[in-house]
Amino acid sequence: MAFLEVKNLHVEVEDKKILNGLTLSVEKGQVAAIMGPNGSGKSTLAYVLAGKDNYKVTEGDVLLDGESILEMAPDERAAKGVFLAFQYPVEVPGVATMTFLRTALNAQRKTRGEAEFSTPEFMKLVRETSKHLGIDQEMLRRAVNVGFSGGEKKRNEILQMAVLQPRLAVLDETDSGLDIDALKIVAEGVNRLRSPERSMIVITHYQRLLNFIVPDVVHVMAKGKVVKSGGKELALQLEAKGYAQFADEAA
Amino acid sequence: MNADVRAMKTPAEQALSAAFAAARGALPGKGAVGTLREDAFRRFDASGLPHRRIEEWKYTDLRALMREAKPLAEPAKTKGVVQGLSGVEASRVAIVNGRYEPDWSDFNAGDPGITLTELFAFAAEQTSYRLGDVPGKDDTAFWLNTAFMTGGVVVRVKKGVCVEKPVQLAHIFASAAAAAMYPRCVVIVEAGARLTLIESFDGPDGIDYQVNSAIELVIGEGALVDHIKIGRDGDAALRVSTLGVTVDAKANYRDFAFTTGGAVVRNQTFVRFGREGTEATISGATLIKNRQHVDNTLVIEHAAGGCTSRERFRSVLDDESHGIFQGKIVVEPHAQKTDAKMASHALLLSDEAESDNKPELEIFADDVQCGHGATAGALDNTLKFYLMSRGIPEDQAEALLIQAFVGEAIEDVAHEGVREALLQASVKWLDARA
Repeated sequence: MAFLEVKNLHVEVEDKKILNGLTLSVEKGQVAAIMGPNGSGKSTLAYVLAGKDNYKVTEGDVLLDGESILEMAPDERAAKGVFLAFQYPVEVPGVATMTFLRTALNAQRKTRGEAEFSTPEFMKLVRETSKHLGIDQEMLRRAVNVGFSGGEKKRNEILQMAVLQPRLAVLDETDSGLDIDALKIVAEGVNRLRSPERSMIVITHYQRLLNFIVPDVVHVMAKGKVVKSGGKELALQLEAKGYAQFADEAA
Repeated sequence: MNADVRAMKTPAEQALSAAFAAARGALPGKGAVGTLREDAFRRFDASGLPHRRIEEWKYTDLRALMREAKPLAEPAKTKGVVQGLSGVEASRVAIVNGRYEPDWSDFNAGDPGITLTELFAFAAEQTSYRLGDVPGKDDTAFWLNTAFMTGGVVVRVKKGVCVEKPVQLAHIFASAAAAAMYPRCVVIVEAGARLTLIESFDGPDGIDYQVNSAIELVIGEGALVDHIKIGRDGDAALRVSTLGVTVDAKANYRDFAFTTGGAVVRNQTFVRFGREGTEATISGATLIKNRQHVDNTLVIEHAAGGCTSRERFRSVLDDESHGIFQGKIVVEPHAQKTDAKMASHALLLSDEAESDNKPELEIFADDVQCGHGATAGALDNTLKFYLMSRGIPEDQAEALLIQAFVGEAIEDVAHEGVREALLQASVKWLDARA
């Protein structure tokens, strides 16, 4: 069994059906790209995996390492190793980035029955991780994402991912709003986290990101399900021919 | 028709009349003070307790909320202790049951630049200061305080003196039976002087004691004053506190009201900027639950130009609590270049909690910058989900967000120790909620 198994998933948001029998497997250590036109349900999949409320699963299941996660609260899923890098990272006024990271890491460790990090250990971990991402101490002292540029917000997402060390990372349009330099920094950050122990789902609208984060497999979504899967060359084919060819297959 | 608009006296109003009649001869302060009392009571008696049809008291209907008037509190019989602020060293002045208690106090007048005098001793010696002639002097609750004031202190910081150690005026109710106390204090900070003034209100839970306190604060030219008022009253207490502030030119004045205690609390603050170039921040944080009712009411008069004022209040309202913010900024015709901004934000933690916000701007000058904003709402689910998606459990995520909301308000407190103590107090409040 694959590390992540999404089985015949049907999801409604405010009585509107978004996912329509989506089936997807992601192996341990695999980087799977999910591509698709706007409205195909990519972000919905990301939110459903992370456990956002008001996404109603009407049918199907999601198994992480063989265990259904659909009944779990978002924090329990996080402790199991699920991480969502948000397309639009949220500003959290009044909560310093450092405090946020530390609270999150120790809460996860506590849930897993692991010892909490000491302050020096934690500081060291964050310092080393943030260095690679071009995040300075000043940014860490500021409130989470408040006043950050688009690029800084995305880098902050990757920093969180690097500190929390998830087993399944879902990157929702991490490339959106980034210029090429920022994209490279973010992609390098993600690549540094590739590991045989970590699965990743890279959701993107464009092929460009996949030049920097080269996927093991590419899945194409249309109308709420996966309509085609293939190797990385599938992304290039999409880039050349567009998504229109898949519209019929989903119908 | 020439009908008497005055409704029949409530039992509380009748009791206040009876109490004044019985006590008028025995209340401290002779001569001018006696006249002041008589005059104030006459005015109170003509209007009665303020009620919801009096615009300024719309949300705190004292006539309905104050069912009875408690007897005047007797002086404390045994010596007690003053509760400070953890980690904050201060010169403590105990005002117990409405009277200055030197034995409870540890006012360290090591600096000759600061003096402490009992209220009526000051009034007897000092004729140049006109007691009660402050912004807010036309308020009914203030009249009641003037009529019944039983004691208090006058703190004076001489010209140019920088008082390092904060002064704490600790109002304490210390009696086993419910009673009413009417402390009055005067704080004069002369030109160029500096003072951090902490005012605290403490009393036991379960006793429906009543407090009507008033402070007259006079801030001299170029003076720097931080006033922090901490309301930790017992859970059945009814308290109305009036603060009348006169501010001279180029002063720096910060006021912060932190309220967690009491059943019914009204903090009413009247500020008048009489000369140019002053900067002021008047702010506060309220954390309440159950059926607590806390009203922060401000009247800020820009009577001179070129003053900057910021008014910002935040409240966290749980259960069936009721938070009120009324802020009125008046800019007089010649007060050009006034810069005033007011904001009030309420966080509602339950469906039954209620928040009322009433900002008002009365602007008679044409070259000014004034604005106000108010919000009331529940915790942002998007924020909560973001925190939870990082592994933070729901209750912890909520606590973190509430703490952040309050923390942003507490940032306005300049004194580091006090700020830290207030942050701790808000954490304690949150822990008690969990």
